[in-house]
Amino acid sequence: MEQPVVAFDAVGLRYGQGPEILHDVSFAIEPGSFQFLTGPSGAGKTTLIRLILLSLRPSRGLIHLFGEEAARISGPALTSVRRRMGVVFQDFRLLDHLTTYENVALPLRVREREEASYRAEVMELLDWVGLGTRAGAMPAVLSGGEKQRAAIARALIARPELILADEPTGNVDPALARRLLRLFTELNRLGTSVLIATHDLALMDQVDAHRLVLSDGQLYSDA
Amino acid sequence: MQNALHGRRGPGALVLSDPTATRSLFAIIAILTFLAGLAAMGAQIVAASSREWRSATAREATIQLRPQSGRDIEADLARVAALGRSAPGVADARVLPKAEAEALLEPWLGSGLDLSSLPIPRLVVLRLDLEAAPDLAALGSRVAAEVPGATLDDHGSWRARLSGLANTIIGVAAGLVVLVVAASGIAVGFATRGAMAGSRDVVDVLQLVGATRRFIVREFALRFLRLAMLAALCGGVAAGFAAPLLGTIAALASATDGADEAFLGAASMGWRGYPLIALVAATVAAIAGFVSVATAKRFLRQTRAT
Ligand SMILES: Nc1ncnc2c1ncn2[C@@H]1O[C@H](COP(=O)(O)OP(=O)(O)OP(=O)(O)O)[C@@H](O)[C@H]1O
Ligand SMILES: [Mg+2]
Repeated sequence: MEQPVVAFDAVGLRYGQGPEILHDVSFAIEPGSFQFLTGPSGAGKTTLIRLILLSLRPSRGLIHLFGEEAARISGPALTSVRRRMGVVFQDFRLLDHLTTYENVALPLRVREREEASYRAEVMELLDWVGLGTRAGAMPAVLSGGEKQRAAIARALIARPELILADEPTGNVDPALARRLLRLFTELNRLGTSVLIATHDLALMDQVDAHRLVLSDGQLYSDA
Repeated sequence: MQNALHGRRGPGALVLSDPTATRSLFAIIAILTFLAGLAAMGAQIVAASSREWRSATAREATIQLRPQSGRDIEADLARVAALGRSAPGVADARVLPKAEAEALLEPWLGSGLDLSSLPIPRLVVLRLDLEAAPDLAALGSRVAAEVPGATLDDHGSWRARLSGLANTIIGVAAGLVVLVVAASGIAVGFATRGAMAGSRDVVDVLQLVGATRRFIVREFALRFLRLAMLAALCGGVAAGFAAPLLGTIAALASATDGADEAFLGAASMGWRGYPLIALVAATVAAIAGFVSVATAKRFLRQTRAT
């Protein structure tokens, strides 16, 4: 059997000396799976995604990413693990001084690819998310939904093996949300593992997918 | 300049630069390079002059004759000159005429003084042939024995004092250059750290979308290296233009009369100073680049992308 892309084993997390946000969280993201991560605001969805991204270290428990124990991943290995993931941040984290096009192309640029080799690819994806005409705009002048779509495009552009999307449809209308969701399901059909954090029930109802529910620091599986 | 400082034009620079900080750093490095270049140039002038002067004085010795009552000084001078001429390694011996001897005292005593009644010491100037290994000690004792009041001066103590002075000046200048290079290194390190801390969110996002540390270090450090190179170039060029001025001032200051010009001659600056300035500027730029890279690496090691 293929090893899981992400495996949490009794993971606990607290920020500094604060209360434990996650206790004994155990779950796995299997290759090619599609899952929702849900739970009330403040339950720790973003925290869990940051643990997968290795931008937080667990207070206890073990995390494996692509079969590698997270605590042992550092330096160049850390970069290569991150290159296998695409993340849509809840707060987008677009770079304010770059155009929409440049923001979306960023993962390719940091992989030191020639601009000529990806220009068409980036424009095509921008068209797909409805930002074709906004390629030259700066994030400051984009609407919330436009920023969100730019963030989604940036997460997808490098064709990652695992997509982590934190509330990716929070700022768009239901029709656009459906369209964006289809983008994720299409990619999933092509083999990408997808984890979408959301508390949008209507969105979750559109896909027959496994749901992980965070509540009071515990993770429940709800098939 | 704006383009050179901010790097590639095509896609927007990944790292924003703070124009005020950039200008300040540019000015600091340019000024420091200018000062270091001048210090190096000054040291080079002193070294060259001292070398020239030492070799000139090595080719010369003088025999001083103090007038003694009851002796014919002109006859003694002729005798001393003859002794000198016959000594091995002495190419020529010339009696300095009375007028010239008096002229030598002019700077101390002023002109228009009637010196004829004073017992002015007289000189015999020996031109030495260094190839023929002159034995000045032997000549000195011989002259002293045969002509009372005659002493030979080979300028050795002068040369020793002069090279001591020159070496001190060169040492101080070298120390200055080292301090300046260190100071510009510190300034660049400080600026790099400031830029990274100021763009912390950019650094984090770059790492989270898969940039290697190397890539990020390059984005930051290359900018500072380019800036330091340009600033060092400007400082170096300015020092290059100012250097002949320095030489001229030194020459003017030391050449109270024509004879002294050899000591700190304008000519002694030569062309050797320019490669030296270029070397100083290159060192400043290289150290700046090195420190910037090291600082950026350190920053990334110490922080975790969040
Ligand atoms: N950097 C931090 N330092 C301290 N506490 C934090 C930090 N980040 C989050 N928290 C706390 O951890 C808890 C979980 O936060 P998290 O952002 O993971 O929730 P969430 O499920 O993503 O919520 P939402 O649905 O509102 O986005 C919250 O109580 C929050 O206050
Ligand atoms: Mg959240």
